[in-house]
Amino acid sequence: MKHFALILRTVAAWSVTLLIVFPLIWLVLTAFKTEQQAIAIPPQLFFTPTMESFAEVNLRSDYLLFARNSVITSVISTLLGLAIAAPAAYSMAFFRTKKTRDILMWMLSTKMMPAVGALVPVYVMAQTAGMLDTLTGLIVVFTLSNLPIMVWMLYSGFKDIPPDILEAARMDGANVWLEFLHVIRPLAMGTLSSTGLLCLVLSWNEAFWSLNLSSAKAGTLATLIASYSSPEGLFWAKLSAASLMAIAPIVVVGWFSQKQLVQGLTFGAVK
Amino acid sequence: MAYLELKGVEKFFGSLRAIKGVNLQIQKGEFVVFVGPSGCGKSTLLRMIAGLTDIDGGTIELDGRDITKLPSSKRDLAMVFQSYALYPHMSVYDNMSFALRLANVDKQVIQEKVGRAAEILNLTQYLQRTPKELSGGQRQRVAIGRAIVRAPKVFLFDEPLSNLDAALRGQTRVEIAKLHRDLGATTIYVTHDQVEAMTLADRVVVLRDGAIEQVGSPLELYDRPANQFVAQFIGTPQMNVVDTAKLPALREVVGAANAPDGFIGVRPENVLVRAAGSGKLTGRVELVESLGADTLIYAHVGNGSGAGVQIVARQAERTTLHPGDPVGLDIAPASFHLFDRQGHTVPAAAGRA
Repeated sequence: MKHFALILRTVAAWSVTLLIVFPLIWLVLTAFKTEQQAIAIPPQLFFTPTMESFAEVNLRSDYLLFARNSVITSVISTLLGLAIAAPAAYSMAFFRTKKTRDILMWMLSTKMMPAVGALVPVYVMAQTAGMLDTLTGLIVVFTLSNLPIMVWMLYSGFKDIPPDILEAARMDGANVWLEFLHVIRPLAMGTLSSTGLLCLVLSWNEAFWSLNLSSAKAGTLATLIASYSSPEGLFWAKLSAASLMAIAPIVVVGWFSQKQLVQGLTFGAVK
Repeated sequence: MAYLELKGVEKFFGSLRAIKGVNLQIQKGEFVVFVGPSGCGKSTLLRMIAGLTDIDGGTIELDGRDITKLPSSKRDLAMVFQSYALYPHMSVYDNMSFALRLANVDKQVIQEKVGRAAEILNLTQYLQRTPKELSGGQRQRVAIGRAIVRAPKVFLFDEPLSNLDAALRGQTRVEIAKLHRDLGATTIYVTHDQVEAMTLADRVVVLRDGAIEQVGSPLELYDRPANQFVAQFIGTPQMNVVDTAKLPALREVVGAANAPDGFIGVRPENVLVRAAGSGKLTGRVELVESLGADTLIYAHVGNGSGAGVQIVARQAERTTLHPGDPVGLDIAPASFHLFDRQGHTVPAAAGRA
């Protein structure tokens, strides 16, 4: 009976997982098909893989430019976000006032509004500032849209550090910066790295703002993918190839970076 | 010239005046204990000296320098926290050497200083462990070690023993006293435990509601309390304080026939238990507490009209008395304290006939 329950659970877990992963698997398969194979009915599970679509995508658009833009915008907006969110979370976690809770709720509430609601003012501001289709413009928008979540994550991580320990560091002669470097950073390593990683992924995947605020010059990989579902019609194989090329880097980074991000941030800590 | 001087120090929490203009002078090498009931402001006052809580009024001077507005990191004070507040991610050695490393002290010197402190505190074999691998008493010693390694101008202790069990508390208390004798460092120690205050202090500062009630050596406070609050706060069991209106006969019994309207205080060890029928007061035993070395006898002394008061006697001899037994009481001569209706001490001479 116990055995049966285990089997049932395993089957259920696998079914749900496959259901979720299936579109991704299909995307990978389609990327290696020709356009004819891609739209063939019944769908072909076995076929001779071809790199045709990848070649086509590379030929038609400058993949490396978009990839570079994605890397620059996501990395810089993550670093910038951490630099702003960490002090904010620090002050809210360790110097609470009566209004702290309200401020946190207010920050989170900005994420509850659909982004499209702010599109016109943001667009006009970007236009006035001459930041349409610039990396700077995207970085600013990415950073600001990620900040509420980053502050929340860091705040809840910092809150678990006993304030006594920070006071002890202060008594030991640490100023705010040294306190952060030697006490908060090592103790909140997990929080800092997961927040950074999440923000990196969010910025990388961000499509709404990059589609609306950038095109040829500052476009990210999200805009590259979108350009394959164009007025000319859908090209499933090319769209899949472009998508695969867009998500591959962040999947690889996500896979390997957790540990390295931790090591990187720990580097130089007082041993 | 005081080493550490507080002048009119004030603290407000919202509209609450938590520290009410405290003036205090502490000499170099002194062991001063802040004592008082919960919420009296003793910890707040210590944190203000430490720079962990802002000062809303008055000034603090240390060694001739105004430190009122200085951040904690620049005050050159060390603090031992109630929770120990060790750095959980660092070894014992790193915990103790942290301040010196921040100050860029030479590695050799750090090693030497930490080594010596570890030796004093019996921590040498634990230097490479992390705090969570230590017992409560060991953590406590690391916290003290972290403070003494720095040789700060003043040591601050914030109820350092309250997380230890009774046996360890007594032992650590003795160690702290010995440490102070050896190092001769200026120390401010906060506690709510008057036994710690009495045993450790050169001078005790009794606080209530954010104001100093009395400053003095432990025995001064015991023998010459400035008011009823101090009289009852210092000493276990509490001093008997009897309303003159409830037991007018007590005036004659203690030898203070002219005592003004107010209260008469007698320490339990000055209440002498006699056989029933003898003694100037008659009462009935309510409770007997046999502590071994001491025996406490709680007696109800009536004034004939039904009300009456409870008086505690403390004696070294054991007793065969039981609750309900009649008993006689005497008061040792010249052992009384007088307080007026506001609780201020009235000179004993004023009461004598």
